[in-house]
Amino acid sequence: MNPFSSGTRLRDMIRAIRACKTAAEERAVVRKESAAIRAAVGESDNEYRHRNLAKLMFIHMLGYPTHFGQMECLKLIAASGFPEKRIGYLGLMLLLDERQEVLMLAALCSIRIIKKVPDLAENFMNPAASLLKEKHHGVLLTGLQLCTDLCKVSEEALEYFRKKCTESVVKALKDVANSPYAPEYDISGITDPFLHIRLLRFLRILGHGDADASDCMNDILAQVATKTESNKNAGNAILYECVETIMSIEDNSGLRVLAINILGRFLSNRDNNIRYVALNMLMRAITVDAQAVQRHRATILECVKDSDASIRKRALELLYLLVNESNVKSLTKELVEHLEVSEQEFKGDLTAKICSIIEKFSTEKIWYIDQMLKVLSEAGNFVKDEVWHALIVVISNASNLHGYTVRSLYKAVQTSGEQESLVRVAVWCIGEYGEMLVNSTGMLDIEEPITVTESDAVDVIEISLKNHTSDLTTRAMCLIALLKLSSRFPACSQRIKDIVVQNKGSLVLELQQRSIEFNSIIEKHQNIRSLLVERMPVLDEATYSGRRAGSLSATIPTSNGAAINLPNGVAKPTAPPLVDLLDLSSDDAPAPSSSGSGFLHDLLGVDLSPAPSQSGTSQAQKSGTDVLLDLLSIGTPPAQSSSFSSDILSTSQDNTTSSGNLQRLSSPSMPSAQISSAAGGSPIMDLLDGFAPNPATSDANGPVYPSVVAFESSSLKILFNFSKPPGNPQTTTIQATFTNKSPNTFTDFIFQAAVPKFLQLHLDPASSNTLPESGNGSITQDMRVTNSQHGKKSLVMRIRISYKVDSKDILEEGQINNFPRGL
Amino acid sequence: MGIRFILMVNKQGQTRLAQYYEYLTIEERRALEGEIVRKCLARNEQQCSFVEHRNYKIVYRRYASLFFLVGVDNEENELAILEFIHLLVETMDRHFGNVCELDIMFHLEKAHFMLEEMVMNGCIIETSKANILAPIQLMDKAS
Repeated sequence: MNPFSSGTRLRDMIRAIRACKTAAEERAVVRKESAAIRAAVGESDNEYRHRNLAKLMFIHMLGYPTHFGQMECLKLIAASGFPEKRIGYLGLMLLLDERQEVLMLAALCSIRIIKKVPDLAENFMNPAASLLKEKHHGVLLTGLQLCTDLCKVSEEALEYFRKKCTESVVKALKDVANSPYAPEYDISGITDPFLHIRLLRFLRILGHGDADASDCMNDILAQVATKTESNKNAGNAILYECVETIMSIEDNSGLRVLAINILGRFLSNRDNNIRYVALNMLMRAITVDAQAVQRHRATILECVKDSDASIRKRALELLYLLVNESNVKSLTKELVEHLEVSEQEFKGDLTAKICSIIEKFSTEKIWYIDQMLKVLSEAGNFVKDEVWHALIVVISNASNLHGYTVRSLYKAVQTSGEQESLVRVAVWCIGEYGEMLVNSTGMLDIEEPITVTESDAVDVIEISLKNHTSDLTTRAMCLIALLKLSSRFPACSQRIKDIVVQNKGSLVLELQQRSIEFNSIIEKHQNIRSLLVERMPVLDEATYSGRRAGSLSATIPTSNGAAINLPNGVAKPTAPPLVDLLDLSSDDAPAPSSSGSGFLHDLLGVDLSPAPSQSGTSQAQKSGTDVLLDLLSIGTPPAQSSSFSSDILSTSQDNTTSSGNLQRLSSPSMPSAQISSAAGGSPIMDLLDGFAPNPATSDANGPVYPSVVAFESSSLKILFNFSKPPGNPQTTTIQATFTNKSPNTFTDFIFQAAVPKFLQLHLDPASSNTLPESGNGSITQDMRVTNSQHGKKSLVMRIRISYKVDSKDILEEGQINNFPRGL
Repeated sequence: MGIRFILMVNKQGQTRLAQYYEYLTIEERRALEGEIVRKCLARNEQQCSFVEHRNYKIVYRRYASLFFLVGVDNEENELAILEFIHLLVETMDRHFGNVCELDIMFHLEKAHFMLEEMVMNGCIIETSKANILAPIQLMDKAS
């Protein structure tokens, strides 16, 4: 006998694998075994086939490829003995994957069946209904499952079962609930809880939205709810299902009270499992009886503070739904207090929820500002950008609170200087309202007076600027604040200048540039300085909230995708699929980097890309100093003159393309590229373009990618321009520009592209199908590529271009591998 | 469909049995198992038996050194799944007699057969131990 095919026994192989100390050793053993099995497959050895298959199953479970054994499964199925057949089927089920041709055929077949499902459902209805009268539990279980699924796909089936079967299902439940001791199905004193649960679930579907059917099941539900033992898990499982059924069927207040009471008992149970399901259930009960759920508020609040992450998460989501105008103040207070002691990994979730509650229910600005400051001081590092942006908008609008806010921030930043977003808000406010801090302007009655000197205020900014943990945005904001203070505090002007100058040698272009420019403003332009650094115009709340509306809903994903009507009258945003996609590994869904966040950046002049058109259009109609101020905050003097002209250019382009407007707002650095390509690259635009590949631009606004020559032959050149829609890093918009280098006109020009499976491609129609000779014009065509492996794999594309020259067909093909990284 | 997958994993995080009722590639499975096991093993006895992960709810229960993990969707009754895990263990116990990790490892196919009798396409179909074990005993006799 062949020494390979005899191989080792399954037992020995498992032993060998278990004895492996490292993953490398394990791989070696598996490799050796796989080789032996492959050899045996080649020899088509009959005797050890089932043993080999058993080994393969084990290897498959460990996560190694086993495709070479798939044919063996089929051979075993064809064997005569039952054990061989059975292991063959088992292997087939485990080892075969969806790539295989067999399954392709099966899939084709099932697609056909599914297409005919409406007809088939009819055929099944009668036999399925008769299954429900069966006594055998297994048959009953599967019959119920079939009926449940039929009801889900077919309204007709639901009506049918409602009429014909409600009574028999109720009777079946009665039988099983009252059945005497049945040893085979008994689980801690209850006969087959699984069957109970299935029956209850089917009743739920029958009773939902139908008063007659609901009436019919009232008695048995009441019996199950009151008589089931609740000291064992099996009993509780039934009660849990029963409560859910009661909540879903048509109104019966008596039963509802019973159900809510059960949940109350669950919630105060010491067993964490029971408490978890209670929280889960209360979330659904809230649509039915919000008042009753409110009664448990205190207990739910306690659960938010539980040490178990699963329970905390459920409780927090439930509590979020419970907040309304009347209890928001006390609940927020509790939650903010808990923020201090909560675990690090929970702070992100908790902060997001608190911020969202504060924003949604704030009635007075002072409360909003107070609460936000508390959150920022406790967990500023977990606060999303758009939250503190919104705070600044609110502060800027609350003119009577400017003094109060800046003084509170000054105090807060002394103790919580490590919270970056708190520091940013503080720096911004001190820059804007610094004199109110020093002069104690607009004191409120509740405030304790504090004495702050001009140099104290500058100290705060200096510390933040020099703090090694501060990031680029914070430092850039510090520099602006210093510039503003240099005019507000003339006595500190020299000191401020010294601080600003220290950044002259910064390796970060942005800081270096700001430092040098601000220095020259302080030094040489005393006469216009105070005009330059006037206060920011009040930020328009309506514009801002409109802009971030889209991103806000995405930042508060709730795990239950199903639409639940909230009692506080807000349509629940169903978590967008993107969030699900992103939420790969953790409980806390990372909010997609928001599209709205760029907005305030721009207004604050923190934006790191040369974006003159943005601020230009929104404020161009204001006084000249405003425009100048915007330009200054952008801080690119060589671009100053050109940015004006680019404004004009971009607005004129607005008139022609309405969609361009949207794109331009959301990704400010793009239009310059777009214009330059359309205008064939005027010298002014080149200036602007020169700034585009600024390394720091990979901020919230979406990075800018250089254009590439995707394809070039002796007769044809294709240029790709890239842009990304905000908030969706996976998608890239590519604008292809085709230029004809040959002296002949191309007609019937068609561009085709293909991408691998992890990409999705959508081609828009081309601007024309005739390409004039010698570069006397071009065709443009837009396409959208969605990269499901964004961040892991980069784009790649095959292209084919066909056209006619003097009615002769020409075909060109190529592959594009030179996409910029990170698309 | 209620149950999406059933895993048996030992304390070291090695998979001892895996049955999926929806298609995942082998790489996806490895990644998923790794993440779930890390999450569940980090929890202590007092914490509840449910963990939410991606869009699954994991119901898990520990028997000696072996973790039984069942991934379900949002509709499923978590307590019932706990009871199901116990039933599965009792069934194995009746067949192997004081079942342990090694029994499952060395009789992987039998463990799968039992599971096949109990669950089909993600639905629980049989809950009587005698019914579950009858075909397996027949097969033992035949071979």
